[in-house]
This record gives sequence, C-alpha cells and structure tokens, in this order.
Amino acid sequence: MSLRRVALALLTAIGACRADGRSTRAGQGKPGSPATGGSIILATTTSTQDSGLLDSLVPLFTAATGIDVKVIAVGSGAALELGRRGDADVVLSHAPDAERGYVASGDLIERRLVMHNDFLVVGPAADPARAEGHPLREGLALIARTGPVISRADGSGTDKKELALWHQGGIDPARVAGREMTGQGMGATLQVAEQRQGYALTDRATYLALRPRLTLVPVLSGDPGLMNVYHVYVVNPARHSRVHLAEARAFVDFLVGAGAQELIGAFGRARYGEPLFVADAGKADPTGN
Amino acid sequence: MDAQLWPIIGRTILISGVATVLAVLAGAPLGYLMARSRFRGRTLLLALVNTGMGLPPVVVGLVVWLLLARSGPLGALDLIYTKQAMIAAQFVIGLPLVVGVTAAAVQALPRELPDLLLSLGAGPWRTMLLIAREARLGLLAALMAGFGAVISEVGAAMTVGGNLQGSTRVLATAIVTLTGRGEIAAALILGGLLLLLAFATNLVLTVVQQRSDR
Repeated sequence: MSLRRVALALLTAIGACRADGRSTRAGQGKPGSPATGGSIILATTTSTQDSGLLDSLVPLFTAATGIDVKVIAVGSGAALELGRRGDADVVLSHAPDAERGYVASGDLIERRLVMHNDFLVVGPAADPARAEGHPLREGLALIARTGPVISRADGSGTDKKELALWHQGGIDPARVAGREMTGQGMGATLQVAEQRQGYALTDRATYLALRPRLTLVPVLSGDPGLMNVYHVYVVNPARHSRVHLAEARAFVDFLVGAGAQELIGAFGRARYGEPLFVADAGKADPTGN
Repeated sequence: MDAQLWPIIGRTILISGVATVLAVLAGAPLGYLMARSRFRGRTLLLALVNTGMGLPPVVVGLVVWLLLARSGPLGALDLIYTKQAMIAAQFVIGLPLVVGVTAAAVQALPRELPDLLLSLGAGPWRTMLLIAREARLGLLAALMAGFGAVISEVGAAMTVGGNLQGSTRVLATAIVTLTGRGEIAAALILGGLLLLLAFATNLVLTVVQQRSDR
C-alpha cells in the first residue's frame, strides 16, 4: 500500500469518527424541535446502568432535548469523586451519608430526591447461617459467624452501606468469617457470590436483573435499615467552570419530571414481575435534608 | 445486543486500526533512527522502549484520562470519553511495540547497507524507504504486534472511552459489561469474534509478509 493511500484511509477514518460523534446529536438544528444540543457527563452508580434503567431513560431525554448524555457507570464513591474534580456535570448516587460531605464542600448543588428501592442480603438457598427469618441485626450476626461473605469493597454506595451495617451491629468487618472483597461492580460481585455460594449485600434492582442466572435467594430483606435512596446533583459551576450547567439542569429536571418518574415507577415490571424502583420526586426525603 | 453488534465490531476495527496505523507512521521512522544512529544514552533509550513494549494498558489509560479529563491540562479539548481519546491511548500503547520491533528488524540488516545506498546516489529519504523495503518483514511484524495489542486491551479503552453504548463501546469492553451482567454466553460469542478479528487481520498481514519474502 502506498503512503498516499494510507494517509487517505486515515483521513477517511478520522472523518468517520467525527461524523459518528455528530450523529448522536442529530436533530440538534431541526426547526421546530426544542433541541438545545450539547452534551453532559453523568457520573452514576453501576445499579442504574446494570439494571437497564438508564438505557430506557437517556434516549428519551436525548430525543426531547438533543443533549447527548455520556453515562459513566462507576460506584457511587467514584461517581462523587468525578463530581468533586469537576469531571462530570451531573451525579446520580445512592450513598446519602457520603453525599453530604460533597454538598458541604460546595462541589455538588441542587440535590433532588429521585427514587428508592431496598438492599437485600442474598445467600445460598440452603442458608447455612440459618439467618432467614431473623431481624436484620441478628441475621447479620449469624452470617458474620459462618460466612462466606462476598463484599464489593470498591467505595460504592452498596459497599458503604455494608460497612455501616456491620458497624451498627457492632461487628468488625475484618472478623467476618470468609469475607472476600471483589473490588468490582454489583453484577460481577453477585457472580462471585454465586460461584462461592456466599452471602452478599445487593441492591434489589441488580439482583432482580441477574436473578435468572443466580441460585442465590434473598435471606434478609424488608428492614427499614435496608432502604436504598437515590439523589441527583448538579456539579457546582462556581467551583468547576467547565460544567455544562444549562444541560445538567435540563437533565435533572427531566429525571424528576412526570414522564421520567412514571417510567421509573413502572420500570422492570414487565420483565421481572415487579418494579425495580419506587419513584420519589417531590416526596418527603427519607434521609432528611 | 444483537442490533448493536455490527456497530461495535466496526468501531473496534476503526479505533484500533487508526491507532495502529498512526503508531506505525510515527513509530517506524523512530525505530529506524534508533537502529541506525549512534548517540549517548541510546542503549538506555532502547531499554526504555523495550520496557514500553509491555506497558500496562490500564496505566496508560489512567495517565491519558488524567490529561484529557475536564480537570486535566487538556480538558478544554473536551475529548474525554470519545473515540479520539481511545485512539490516543491505544496509540501510546502501540508506539513502543512498533518502535522496538522496527529497530530490531532494521538492525538485523547488514550494517553497511545505508552507506552503500548513499554511495550509490540515493538521498537520505530514498535510503530510508529502500531500507524499509528490506525490513518489510519486520515492519509487518510490528504492525501485527501493535494491532494485536491494542484491539485486545480493555484497561485503557474502559478508562478513557467510558464504554458508552453506541459511541465508545468496543468488543473488549462489551465483554466486560456482559460478564458483569452474567450474560456469559453472549460474552463468549463476543470473545470469539474478537479472536476471529485478530486472526483475520494477522492472516492477511502474514500472507502479505510471506509473499513479499519470495
């Protein structure tokens, strides 16, 4: 191949990259559409992505506004850090205690309650710890004694919740029998728990999404201490000048708006037999203000 | 997943292909210079290049991410989580491979060759092209090594691309996503496709390489 041909192929390829990037914002300049264009980076927890919720919501938002959404699904801890560095425009997180620090530092503003579901402790159907039927605290104490427990240990909202549960029960996480730390997302961690036939704390949405491929069953659930609340924040443009404020606000307004809230409340019913989330926008905040 | 499969394959070839070609365009001349010139610290530089041939993609990804993220020095370019960012990271991964393999190939040629060509009246550029012709087996090996390394890496693609559905998800990162979701059969199929893609590319290049050896 001659050098000229290589160069030509290269230019074509780079052109294709550009065109592809633009096509996601198609409709931007269409007359009559409410499009504003632009793009935002949404830093969020893995559960909103792994459950498929954002795959349903984001295209609706992009179609209505022309704003492209780059969904970066990491643990809530990492998502909050992206917000603190100004590397995201919107943060959707489920670690209310940790979130307070980022609001106090002024990195995250305009907190809005979006939805909730609950955490479950899942484990082998045989339940070797005999934890099922016990109240949360006693059940966890029994599990801590027999194990094995498979933990996220990735700084995510679920990880923070698990650590808080051990501490509330007066249990040192380091002394939980057979506790293994994956450092991975919820889906991957449930896979490890399945293979090890261990216990794991999971959000209901990810568990239901993976249930067809798991033999693990819910062992502890329904306790108010297992509530899992999602909030959305805009990254403060006063601290991070590159934040796309108008687009970020448009996304938050969409997320707490009637259309998206209706979709959130019904999401998963057809596929899993029960909704994965309860839509909460406008309701009293269970984690307080 | 099915409807998205073709775009993912196309994107994988596009990103890794462009990154490899750029790495060859930049790396082959560098490798030639490293093989032919004599300067202080050359051996040290070669050792660095050879170390770079095993550069951990996830570290490259992290550094490129720090550079391109909004809070980074190149944040204003707004390139983070784009194909261009992935090409940049894969270029960095592929470059030392191309430089190292090229340098080894050129050094394997008779030492007197450039002087001979120059004395026969070829200019420096023509000399380089003629030597590239002689070293073509090694250059094609460099191309294959580079492409094989970047198409299969997942660390950098994930970090700087963000694995965005419909824009930066490639075969390697899609496999991670599917595995996390427990869709093992689908993950395995994509793994097979990735292998097939690497094999097809190497088959073509090997045929070219072996033909030109006759």
